[in-house]
Amino acid sequence: MDPEGSQNINEARQAPVLEPGHTLSSVTEKISSIVLGRGTTKGWMFGFAIAFALLMLLNVAVTYLLVKGVGIWGIRIPIAWGFAIVNFVWWIGIGHAGTLISAILLLLHQKWRTSINRFAEAMTIFAVACAGMFPLLHMGRPWLFFYLMPYPNAMWLWPQFRSPLVWDVFAVSTYATVSLLFWFVGMVPDLATLRDRAKNRAARIIYGVLAMGWRGSAVHWSRYETASMLLAGLATPLVVSVHTVVSFDFSVAIVPGWHSTIFPPYFVAGAIYSGFAMVITLAIPIRKFYHLEDLVTMRHLDNMAKVMLATGVIVAYGYMMETFIAFYSGNQYDRYMIMNRMTGPYAFFYWLLIACNIVIPQVLWSRKVRNNVPILFVVALVVNVGMWLERFVIVVVSLHRDYIPSAWGTYMPTRWDWATYVGTIGLFLTLFYLFIRFLPMISIVEMRSLVEETNEEGQAK
Amino acid sequence: MSQIFHTSTNVLSRLSIYGGVFIVALLGAALYGIELSPWYTDVHVSREQPVPFSHKHHAGELGIDCRYCHTSVEKSAFAGVPPTQTCMTCHSQIWTNSAMLEPVRSSYRTDKSISWTRVNALPDFVYFDHSIHVSKGIGCTTCHGQIAEMPLTYREGTLYMSWCLDCHRQPEKYVRPKSQVFNPNYEVPSNQMELGRQLVKDYKIQSLQNCSTCHR
Repeated sequence: MDPEGSQNINEARQAPVLEPGHTLSSVTEKISSIVLGRGTTKGWMFGFAIAFALLMLLNVAVTYLLVKGVGIWGIRIPIAWGFAIVNFVWWIGIGHAGTLISAILLLLHQKWRTSINRFAEAMTIFAVACAGMFPLLHMGRPWLFFYLMPYPNAMWLWPQFRSPLVWDVFAVSTYATVSLLFWFVGMVPDLATLRDRAKNRAARIIYGVLAMGWRGSAVHWSRYETASMLLAGLATPLVVSVHTVVSFDFSVAIVPGWHSTIFPPYFVAGAIYSGFAMVITLAIPIRKFYHLEDLVTMRHLDNMAKVMLATGVIVAYGYMMETFIAFYSGNQYDRYMIMNRMTGPYAFFYWLLIACNIVIPQVLWSRKVRNNVPILFVVALVVNVGMWLERFVIVVVSLHRDYIPSAWGTYMPTRWDWATYVGTIGLFLTLFYLFIRFLPMISIVEMRSLVEETNEEGQAK
Repeated sequence: MSQIFHTSTNVLSRLSIYGGVFIVALLGAALYGIELSPWYTDVHVSREQPVPFSHKHHAGELGIDCRYCHTSVEKSAFAGVPPTQTCMTCHSQIWTNSAMLEPVRSSYRTDKSISWTRVNALPDFVYFDHSIHVSKGIGCTTCHGQIAEMPLTYREGTLYMSWCLDCHRQPEKYVRPKSQVFNPNYEVPSNQMELGRQLVKDYKIQSLQNCSTCHR
């Protein structure tokens, strides 16, 4: 008759959030030894070398861009926005999952966020760093990027506050700042743990500075909890607002295929979709190579797959509504836009998009599939590709044929477009490799808080 | 385990974190100060010229009208830098053997222009027209300063867009009667605002602030 017991029956059917049998010290030891005990392994060096090589590619691509100008890319009239904006939206979207896991799931008291939130939030910060490069690089004179900010200047001009491109500046910089703060504040007790366990002096000084004098006193813990809740409250609206503002880049324009009121919720759902796909793509290799299967359990993968499926269904609804409204509106330009997407020169990418985003992820309805790690990994990769294709279709296919046929054109990405994109993947991976080498990739404090109750549940079973 | 940091770190960290806001504000103020400083803007900094021409002597002491040399100011966008011939109208008779004027005479002999160093120059992306300003009651000295008191020529204004907008947004601050436009000794009257408002109405001054007015 006890509610505890009936709860156990339900949870017994699911994997636990933390494998029972851990103690406070074993959890701490396991996570901190990845940073302090392993040293730099060959496997890490191999992966880091590839990531760093791609980062160097980014270096070359950006330098050449700054020297020669945006003409090296495939953009032209009418497709004045190409890979730069596609990649910007893709990276920003990916970032949203980290904030959702960190902030929203915290406020909803979801315990399964604990082992994934640290590296998911790191993923967000690195994704926003990659995203932020594109609006700057796509400008004709990137070195004048600061004109976008409202500061007292010698021209007595404010930026154009009516433009979503200026709103982007505020949205993305707020997002970057709050995410960074949230991630760092959450990490302070863990950095203190590393400071206390570090063996060489340099490590102790560096972690000591970052831990900002954390003593683990009751006052510190109380402030930590308050700060985490406040930052979570601050970050939660950002999950919705940032990608809404990014969607405004398109929806306030009059281009057919862009001027649609469904864009804000559709983009936010798409962002969470691609973000969770990226978290799964990162979580699966990490738990394998660092033997973290008992911390990042099947429950986490199962739940993330469910969120992916749910947001995928919302995105599918978005596609169906776009198509329906285009025809229902009777507007010849909107109708042509949809026909062009389905049957025009870029039709292959549209149908590949439908396959990747709508058709293939439906396998996740099956619990067996959700718990099959290799298949889940492949589906997550497919969703990543699909969401890139979605931004490609939205940006390029809507722009290349709009109102006047004499203004139609085609977009062909150049090698520099690809180099910049792959280069930002290199930047992301480089930062991520550095993160897993030097910082605690799972939240030690939160895992410790789970130890007692999972051991109780383990015994009650 | 010994302490990693000295106790002074407590003070240092508090200072740097709480003081961070002030440090950033100070930096911003410093940059702003630099942007307005003569070191950056070259305001009141006279430039090296091939001949040390003195506006103070010619426009001030001798009372030569601005238009004698800067001939196209009433008709064209460019006010005009005088050809050597204009200098020789006097200096074929006066100071004919002066060493200081040798570059002028040799220019006249060889038919090669004197390469004056431009003091007031707007960047290429700005279109400025002298004639409209002069014909609507903006005096020479309003923008070019007390030219009749300059032994060596320097720039009076920063030429920043804000400097132009200051007048374009409120022309009544600077407009003067059309008869006084070429008076180098004009003094701004105490009732400038009242007079200015009247003149803006009389002269039908539009105070254009559209981007494409100047950025064509």
